[in-house]
Amino acid sequence: MARPGLPVRLLRRLEGPQTMGRGPLFWLGFLAVVALAALYPLTADGYTVGNTIYFFNWCFMALGLCLIWGYGGALSFGQTAFFGLAGYGYGIVTLNLGAAHGLTLLAVVCAVAAASAFAAVLGYFLFFGRIGGVFLGIVTLSVTLVFERFMAQTAGPEWHVGVARLNGFNGMSGMPPLTIPWPGGDIALFPDVPLYYVVLALLVVVYLGLRILVNSRFGNVLVAIRENPLRATMLGYDVRRYQLGGFVIGAALAGLSGVLYTAWGQYITPSSMGITAAALPIVWVAVGGRADLTATLLGTLSVLAGFQLLTVYGSQYALVVMGLLLVLTVLLAPEGLIAGLARLPGRLARRGRQNGNGNGNGNGNANGSPNANPNGGGA
Amino acid sequence: MNLLETRDLQKHFGGLHVTAGVNLALAQGEIHCLIGPNGAGKSTLFKLILGEYAPSGGSIWYGGDDITGLAPHLRIRRGISVKFQVPGIFAALSVRQNLAIALQHHLEGHSMAEEIERLLEYLNLRSEAAQRAGNLSHGQKQWLEIGMAISLKPRLLLLDEPTAGMSPEETHATGEMVKDLNARGMTVLAVEHDMAFVRQVASRVSVLHFGRIFAQGTIDEVTADERVAEIYLGQGHHHV
Repeated sequence: MARPGLPVRLLRRLEGPQTMGRGPLFWLGFLAVVALAALYPLTADGYTVGNTIYFFNWCFMALGLCLIWGYGGALSFGQTAFFGLAGYGYGIVTLNLGAAHGLTLLAVVCAVAAASAFAAVLGYFLFFGRIGGVFLGIVTLSVTLVFERFMAQTAGPEWHVGVARLNGFNGMSGMPPLTIPWPGGDIALFPDVPLYYVVLALLVVVYLGLRILVNSRFGNVLVAIRENPLRATMLGYDVRRYQLGGFVIGAALAGLSGVLYTAWGQYITPSSMGITAAALPIVWVAVGGRADLTATLLGTLSVLAGFQLLTVYGSQYALVVMGLLLVLTVLLAPEGLIAGLARLPGRLARRGRQNGNGNGNGNGNANGSPNANPNGGGA
Repeated sequence: MNLLETRDLQKHFGGLHVTAGVNLALAQGEIHCLIGPNGAGKSTLFKLILGEYAPSGGSIWYGGDDITGLAPHLRIRRGISVKFQVPGIFAALSVRQNLAIALQHHLEGHSMAEEIERLLEYLNLRSEAAQRAGNLSHGQKQWLEIGMAISLKPRLLLLDEPTAGMSPEETHATGEMVKDLNARGMTVLAVEHDMAFVRQVASRVSVLHFGRIFAQGTIDEVTADERVAEIYLGQGHHHV
């Protein structure tokens, strides 16, 4: 039988055992949501649309954590370190090179590459050193906090890279926004409608790309490692390399968030790598449902929106609610609120069936036996 | 030719010599059962063969090559496969997906789907294909793991107490399955406590005691050995 071409095989992976949502109904819903998101700027002024981009900026980091933690089973507090690293990277490159000739796009590539390279080195020592479980969380959190402390003490004039001052706790600002080279005048993407469409398109591409990734062989192995690393090894997989791969991809997405955030607000500060910032992605991902991309995405957007509403009454109060939300999720719906809701209909249907039968599957199994047995299970 | 050979294999944990110089040779095509009282070093020997533990001394040879320093996953790729004592399955994934993850090394698309169906039939798990593997009965989990182990098409299959927790009927069925796999060309090394199972399948038996091969031969030769009866009776095992 002829092997279908690569595009066809990739498109088939948009659906699979590792992602919720399949069939025409799901994709119609998906298109409807994307269409609504695309129409939204028509209903609001540019300033409000620009503020909405803020929510999208974080989603890349959350999706990256979903890959590392939800799919790969490695709880990492390192996402904000990669976020900050890439944010500062964007600032340093653009402040030195300027925004002409598409150099801000080069800065995006450099900053994300720097975050990925750092993640590759850190991840190499973590995974090839067989540091797992809670220790992975401790080491990655330490790295994040070290970054924050380090950047916070760079206030003096001696701390600069080229013309870019690091500015200690006040952070770096004044870097140019993303700028697309265009005949007849570069297009600078300030927080307004054009930037909204760019980030939305990026988000859709990343979301679909990750769906393909987690339903591919790579994703299969990642999930297998989460479930039982020893078994995965004993199926011939080099567990460390897959974990490192997932970690670096997740870090690159965190870096992308950092770059977009920095270019959007034209500032980045060390507190973006502080302990609060490091904990928030865990909340977003856990509350939605870490083991699914769609649940993570919806969860992140909902929690961010809720957080924003609450900060109107004071940010400390909002953080307490975030903590409470995390605790309640862990206690009541460990798989996540959105993932739990999405699976509820199927679960209820199964329960209904079992009550109808009155017997479940307990009995059917006792006589089951492999067909290799010529006596039919010795029954 | 010997498919697997351990030469003076040793493993010490501090002063404790759990494997104290094991010379075990597995001929191509045999079903070799490893028995011995608890703490005799059977599981440690398996872990050494799989590369989970690095030996303190001695060497391991497979297919004529020294694999003593080879990473575990590379041993698997050379044709060694294992079924653990506690079923090592991917509990949150479906039965079908468990098999797919094992098969995706060498199969994809249509041919993988066919092989999965064939395995489901063979393991009698067809009606459970879409279930979470964690929801299977204990015996079914054991079979699923055997299915994953054999889907790699190994030359050497290691079975660590494959019938633990099974009913006599299930144990017998598993024995027939092991004989069938052996007839298809797999050499088998099994740790097993159930003597009925050993009698059913073993072409040769080694008794491990205090980290050494204590006795070796057919099941009749081994059980006739008074010294073997002694170490088992000393441990309170009466069913030899």
